[in-house]
Amino acid sequence: MTAAARKAAMATTFDPVAVRCDFPILARQVHGKPLVYLDSAASAQKPKAVLDAMTAAFETEYANVHRGAYLLSERATVNYEAAREKVRAFVNAKEPAEIVFTKGATEAINLVAATWGRANLKPGDEIVLTELEHHSNIVPWQLVRDQTGATIRVVKIENDGGVPTTAFAQVIGPRTKIVALAHVSNVLGTILPVEQVVEMAHAVGAKVLVDGCQGIVHESVDVQSLGCDFYAFSGHKLYGPNAIGVLWARRELLEAMPPYQGGGEMISTVTFERSTWAEVPAKFEAGTPPIVPAIGLGAAIDYLSQFDRAAVAAHERDLLSHAMHRLSEVPGIKLVGTAQRKAAVQSFVLDGAHPHDLATVLDRSGVCVRAGHHCAQPLMAALGHTATARASFGIYNTTADVDALIAALHKAREILL
Amino acid sequence: MTAAAERTDDLTALYQEIILDHGRKPRNSRLVEQASCTAQGNNPLCGDRVTVSARVSPDGFIDDLGAEGRGCAISIASASLMTDVLKGRSIDDAARVFRAVQGMCTGTHDPDHAKTLVSPELADGIDRLAALSGVRQFPSRVKCATLAWHALVSCLEGRAAATTEPGHAQPDHVQP
Repeated sequence: MTAAARKAAMATTFDPVAVRCDFPILARQVHGKPLVYLDSAASAQKPKAVLDAMTAAFETEYANVHRGAYLLSERATVNYEAAREKVRAFVNAKEPAEIVFTKGATEAINLVAATWGRANLKPGDEIVLTELEHHSNIVPWQLVRDQTGATIRVVKIENDGGVPTTAFAQVIGPRTKIVALAHVSNVLGTILPVEQVVEMAHAVGAKVLVDGCQGIVHESVDVQSLGCDFYAFSGHKLYGPNAIGVLWARRELLEAMPPYQGGGEMISTVTFERSTWAEVPAKFEAGTPPIVPAIGLGAAIDYLSQFDRAAVAAHERDLLSHAMHRLSEVPGIKLVGTAQRKAAVQSFVLDGAHPHDLATVLDRSGVCVRAGHHCAQPLMAALGHTATARASFGIYNTTADVDALIAALHKAREILL
Repeated sequence: MTAAAERTDDLTALYQEIILDHGRKPRNSRLVEQASCTAQGNNPLCGDRVTVSARVSPDGFIDDLGAEGRGCAISIASASLMTDVLKGRSIDDAARVFRAVQGMCTGTHDPDHAKTLVSPELADGIDRLAALSGVRQFPSRVKCATLAWHALVSCLEGRAAATTEPGHAQPDHVQP
């Protein structure tokens, strides 16, 4: 191998074992066993770089932002706005003003439903959702449906959890005003055909909101090439802290939307007769924003940016295929969600054992999986399950974690069956 | 005993044969005919649901009791054992057994103490319900073990719904 070839190979290899050292919590034991954390889709663990950045922000440069005429406030403002720029670059938005900080993805979607939705939806208009949406991309639309008289139409999933473009084509039509869909299913791992849906929706003049909570974790996201109108995600699933989320939208949309909440920060002038709004994104950031969580999210993005994300994605794909293979070898295990295009999230059920019982037994082996409806009750109904167990993989998981899951499942079969 | 063995013991104490048996083959898993009261228990966080129905005689005896629903082994077994033990007993007995079970599940009462809370002829029932006390080592599962019991209390008090989560009562989940 030539030196150049070796260097190229180095750039695309990714060492999850080394990465594990960056995450302090992974050194601990649970119930006397090494921690095997397979619930990153619910919330990811945090690298020390994020914890250090947040501690430093509190210890050395903390004050409220955009207000004080003193050094600390200026420094906090610079750091907060630097985080916005990091997010902009991370999703390749045109300008930082298109990045609105929220308290989470849920608030980001509620913001769009409540402001864009109330201003643009009327009776006869249709909101298109898919069957696999998380409750946070269903309920906000039901609220605005009830306020505006619009209707909700649902795109069906296939048996393997895939959502082909033909399924969208059956539902998107001249009455469609917005399509709101997950980038990646939090339960099944299905990657949805966002680019094709955007084409279809834009052809009928509809907007597209992408719930990117899982999508942005597993692949690099370029909002301009995706072509969607809104992209929402949370910080805590991206190895950042919780209490911070992001809404990206194109500037002209944000400018045309009415404010979400009223308060400080979001105004230009206030009198008792009328108030005027600040420029975007401040118009949507009423009150003291999540300053340090935003700085933590910026640090998480810095942390992730040191890796070749394609190599990370390849590692996660390997983990997924190892997991799918080994899970199918366990008697009685049925995989739920086997679509062709999938991210590293795998639901499963075990014949004769409820997922909650399974999760309890796995926990005593140190293995953390999620069990339940995963905030996707309509999807569970469509699949004919009341609950599933779900293993989801992150940057720090290894095939040894998968093997620990399998060993724990064999033990669970002994105890529960 | 090693730490690992203790943990396995926790699990075997939780998933005793009686729990697995009642979880697989729940007794009285039905709606009672000519029920005098019905209530649904709902844990919105995990999706477990149980519908408890009872036919109560004018002199305050539970002539028939059913509990049907969906959920984990613990919640189904708990509902099943509840109907087995309380069918034919008085409403007052049911209230005492409820407190005994609650105490055993949360770890405030051991089974011997729980027996002192109920009439002597229910001591045998408490022995069987003591299987539920395995959840005391699993705080996140206590709600599974008590869901049907909360629904029973609602049912006997004439309320339609019980929930394990304050503020989550869902009128639309109430059985007609």
